Amino acid sequence: MRDIAIVSYAQSDCVRDAGARNEVELIMPVIKNALGAVGLNNAQDVDFTCSGSCDYQQGAAFAFVLGVDALGAVPPIKESHVEMDAAWALYEAILKIRMGHADSALVYGFGKSSPGELPAVLSQQLDPYYLGPLWVDSVSLAAMQARLMLDQGLISEQDMAEVVVRSRRNAMANNPHAQLKGEVSTESLLAQDRWVSPLRKHDCAPVSDGATAMVICDLEKAHAWGVPYAIIRGIDHRMETHNLGARDLTRSRSTEQAAAACGVANGEVEIAELYAPFSHQEIILTKALGLSETTTVNPSGGVLAGNLMMASGLSRIGEVAQRIIAGECKRGVAHATSGPCLQHNLVTVLEAA
Amino acid sequence: MSQSEILSQEFELGFTYTRSTGPVVGRFLTALRDRNIVGIKGSDGAVYVPPMEYDPNTAEELSEFVEVGQAGEVVSWCWVSEPRESHPHDTAFAWAMIKLDGADIPMVHSVRVEREADMKTGMRVKVQWADEPRGHITDIACFVVEGAESPLGAAGMNAKREMITGMEAPIYLKYHFTAGAATSRFLGKVRQGKLVGQRCPSCNNVYIPPRGSCAACGVATEEEVEVADKCTLESFTIVYIPIPNNPIQPPYIIANLIPDGANISFIHLLSECVNEEIHIGQRVQAVWKPEAEWTYAMDNIKYFKPIDEPDVPIEQIGKIPAAGVPAAGAPVTGREG
Repeated sequence: MRDIAIVSYAQSDCVRDAGARNEVELIMPVIKNALGAVGLNNAQDVDFTCSGSCDYQQGAAFAFVLGVDALGAVPPIKESHVEMDAAWALYEAILKIRMGHADSALVYGFGKSSPGELPAVLSQQLDPYYLGPLWVDSVSLAAMQARLMLDQGLISEQDMAEVVVRSRRNAMANNPHAQLKGEVSTESLLAQDRWVSPLRKHDCAPVSDGATAMVICDLEKAHAWGVPYAIIRGIDHRMETHNLGARDLTRSRSTEQAAAACGVANGEVEIAELYAPFSHQEIILTKALGLSETTTVNPSGGVLAGNLMMASGLSRIGEVAQRIIAGECKRGVAHATSGPCLQHNLVTVLEAA
Repeated sequence: MSQSEILSQEFELGFTYTRSTGPVVGRFLTALRDRNIVGIKGSDGAVYVPPMEYDPNTAEELSEFVEVGQAGEVVSWCWVSEPRESHPHDTAFAWAMIKLDGADIPMVHSVRVEREADMKTGMRVKVQWADEPRGHITDIACFVVEGAESPLGAAGMNAKREMITGMEAPIYLKYHFTAGAATSRFLGKVRQGKLVGQRCPSCNNVYIPPRGSCAACGVATEEEVEVADKCTLESFTIVYIPIPNNPIQPPYIIANLIPDGANISFIHLLSECVNEEIHIGQRVQAVWKPEAEWTYAMDNIKYFKPIDEPDVPIEQIGKIPAAGVPAAGAPVTGREG
């Protein structure tokens, strides 16, 4: 099987409201940066382009089609889109390359969540007969998951606050694009009122606007371009039932399965970027991936520092890749999620060349 | 209008779906209408409430319905101190996972108690039926503490009515839509009665309305170019069928128009014309509303009407300068207006 390299990655700042920019204006700068880093001009210079986004977020039908205006798609290019996080667009691009239909690909994701009420919008991804009509929002579902863990003594509120403290600290040290960063104490966090009890506001990822882009290719192409890269050693995704009551919400079986399938345990994991939109979920994921004390979790601050809905999964992979490319580590794991309470999970293992 | 002004407005998106329910969901909703609750046995005998159509572990089609109790135990919960507009209650309430008596898999619904301190994992709750059940998940208005006084409603009261086969499932979502930089600039000029596009620095094509990029080259467009309100017809269609919610009465003409000075078409209406005589290459001009009515919208132009100028040959469409079609032999001196 052909090895595939990540040769570049670019992300915009995570901002609460990018109202001044439409989809194209949001996407174009990151695409320029990702392509420019390997000396490419536009999507004509790669064999395949795939994006991830969700039109419900900004309430603009076919917004993802307007996004194509950022690519330079004349004459027509090979292009595809997933109504999912762009981590799954990467998955599609990898399949395309492995099937021999492309040697290189541009992958991008964007999310403009500010125009709508994101937790309410996300309630409409639930089953349309039993849960959708109740408008059970994403924060409330995560709050019930957190309480299950608290009631069973699997975590404490102190543990949850410590996740937030580390996120803000790492974001300040390592992530120029972060929306929330700084030095906070667990005491000050625990002194805050509960929001959707047992969750406090800081247990929840912020609502962010922004975009992210990545260029991948086979190793031959990476050598021809003469650029440094990180190798995608394994990638796998698994999904659990939509019936929340039928799942064990205190663990992530689909993450465990994906991690086993893509070989997370086949070597030391130096860094891990986890898509945990709620503090307690970072603890679930750390366990599901079998990470030890020696792994640095979310050096970027993770999505508690800024959550580009439909792009943050690709960002997790990009964050690990750029640290490997920079020589900061040799092997890392990235995780992306989708759906309520970590329903659908994708795990990627990245290694230095 | 300043460069930094960004236009925005509230709007509501509505999907007025009606869903067919099928035999499993329909059976559950029918039972709700009759103030009963049914679950279904999974492959391993576990009882799912609400019933699932297929077993989540084996994918086996499920069909063994079981009536379950109308009270049960809270497995987990959260407290919504500030309900959202979309939520079923407008004062503080709990969402809970509730395992009904006779069920193995908990369901998600709301619980109403006075305050958060009244909620407890493991507490017993019972169904509070809606006043007029109709075959919908909200026939369960909420759950309340088991011992609480509440009108429970008679079970099985309507057992002879027909099966529920469909349900209304409208979705309304509110947004605060912002136009983005390029569109805001364009609409700001339209408000002044001007059509201003943007030129691609790479291929020189002028886009109107501009979206901030050249779709062909994938580069940002910034240079603003005022174009004429005289256009050439690139293509058109005559609409004979009424469109719901469209105030324009058919037959009418929708056309792709390329203004002089631009290279890419936009869509607008044609009027004051004989529909059967409209043809590609024809010259038309904007008929504007009175200036006092101008706003940030393309319908400042009511429609376009034919003008007395020679047709533009097909190969010249999209290549007319802003100054218009030069008279034979006359030098092009500059832009009009």
